[in-house]
Amino acid sequence: MVKNVIEVRNLSKSFDITSKEPGLKGTIKHFFRRKTKSSKVIKDISFEIKEGEIVGFLGANGAGKTTILKMLCGLIYPSEGSILVAGNLPFRRKENFLKNITLIMGQKQQLIWDLPPIESFYLNASIYDIDKLEAKRRIKKLSDMLEIDNEIFIPVRKLSLGQRMKSELLAALIHEPNILFLDEPTLGLDVNAQRNLRKFLQKYNKETNATICLTSHYMKDITSLCKRVICVHKGSISYDGKLDILLKRLSPVKEISIVCHSKKDAIKLGKSGFSVKNQTNNEITIIIENNLFTSSLKAILNKFDIKDLYINEPPIDEIIGKILIKKKYDI
Amino acid sequence: MISNSINRKIFTLLKVQYSNMLEYRVEIALWAISGIIPFFMLNIWTNNNLNESINISDVMLSRYFLCAFFVRQFSVVWVVFSFEEDSLMGKVSPYLIQPLNPFFRYLAQHIAEQITRFPFALIIAVFFFIFNPESMWIPNLKILLLSIISTFFSFIIQFLIQSIVACLCFWTEKASSIERLLFIPTLFLSGLLAPVASFPEYVKSWIYLTPFPYLIDLPANLLSGNTTNFRGGIGIQILWILILFPVFRKIWSAGTKKFTAMGS
Repeated sequence: MVKNVIEVRNLSKSFDITSKEPGLKGTIKHFFRRKTKSSKVIKDISFEIKEGEIVGFLGANGAGKTTILKMLCGLIYPSEGSILVAGNLPFRRKENFLKNITLIMGQKQQLIWDLPPIESFYLNASIYDIDKLEAKRRIKKLSDMLEIDNEIFIPVRKLSLGQRMKSELLAALIHEPNILFLDEPTLGLDVNAQRNLRKFLQKYNKETNATICLTSHYMKDITSLCKRVICVHKGSISYDGKLDILLKRLSPVKEISIVCHSKKDAIKLGKSGFSVKNQTNNEITIIIENNLFTSSLKAILNKFDIKDLYINEPPIDEIIGKILIKKKYDI
Repeated sequence: MISNSINRKIFTLLKVQYSNMLEYRVEIALWAISGIIPFFMLNIWTNNNLNESINISDVMLSRYFLCAFFVRQFSVVWVVFSFEEDSLMGKVSPYLIQPLNPFFRYLAQHIAEQITRFPFALIIAVFFFIFNPESMWIPNLKILLLSIISTFFSFIIQFLIQSIVACLCFWTEKASSIERLLFIPTLFLSGLLAPVASFPEYVKSWIYLTPFPYLIDLPANLLSGNTTNFRGGIGIQILWILILFPVFRKIWSAGTKKFTAMGS
């Protein structure tokens, strides 16, 4: 049986937030008396993550995804509840725990700006007590996996965003952590760089059985990496389960656009009991429920002499967009 | 075993930070030049014969201000500004989840900067002796070693004070404003503008209860060969370090619990 690596029980987090009215009057009032109120950004959430799982945290901006990741890696202190990560209380930041995890935040860098990444790699290696020979071996292995080579000898300030992100990953993974917290790792990268990064993460997960917690606004990151998603809505969990089940639930139908030989054929097809979305000349779009899809398609092909046919899946972004605004999913 | 690992970390940190500082060598040279305030003070003192009031010769006074310049060069601290910037920009977060207190990074940054600064400070000293050949002297080895130790302690005291102030970043976003308040007593009471011996008796009666005269005045007097109670002085420096270090640990521990990881 695969063991739980992360166990979260009734976790909450509150922040004190100050607010200010606009204008000079508001500024003066703010100077003498600050209005501070406590805002609960994470509300009583519980979940477990198993070893080797890749879990995507989905939610709108400000939903609390990053706050959850920050609590899981021990960066911020929870207000209520308990967290166990690899048997450790993250906030205690014990050396053994820190050597087992990493946090990567897109656009936030730990590499030394004016020096080549290789210097930061060796620095991190010594911080994590990795000897020079072993560090060299790991740098070679990771740079091969990430497909970076000479770039690691060029000052960070002269690297492209994609090269920098790869170097950041290498710096963050040199201690070969078993638990990765990735907060929008593909932010700002071009499509090829995004794809390479995803490929790398899949490979890393496969080779090391590392557990990966990921947040991203790029749906491709989530759909290609995560089998399981945790949807966060205003600090609460609105869904925790398999991504494909959620997608099926949110998108129970498919659209088929059929090009008939004539307008007459299209009208005939439209009158044969299918739900018609629209019809123009010899082209007709019908909507079929997922569970009836194969039989319906077979019936159409048997009964009608059609010229062409297109199956339209609803765009994934549109479906995920629905997730972000809904409070609860009972599936 | 543990100390070996810490030594390796510190050595690597120093090596990397030194490489980083060499990238800024022109900036560091300018910083070194900008620290010539003791020479202006020397000029004011000698032109107005102020040294007569405290029974110190022109030569000893010029040596004192040269040493004050040197001590300042190797004890100047800016950790509060670096930490504040890193904290606001979200750079502290990755450091916090590494098995090394982030202040070691800043400590290494400062020491690396001092090593880079050394040749420039030496060049300035050479120019000083060219214009003031009568002030030329070579301190004996024991005095030199004691002065280096005292200057290092002065640096550690200032580093700890600023680190404590820097930790206030966990509560307020602008901890450096508090440091600016501390800059005034540091400037006036440390011996940078005038030897503490020249201060009125009632000031001297309480000034030694603060860490300030041990920052510049003590090591500068020691190095320049002026009469000073170096045993007592270095002892008090150690005492201040022993007082400030647990305060730093306590405020660091409390502060990290308040950390909201803003900017990241």
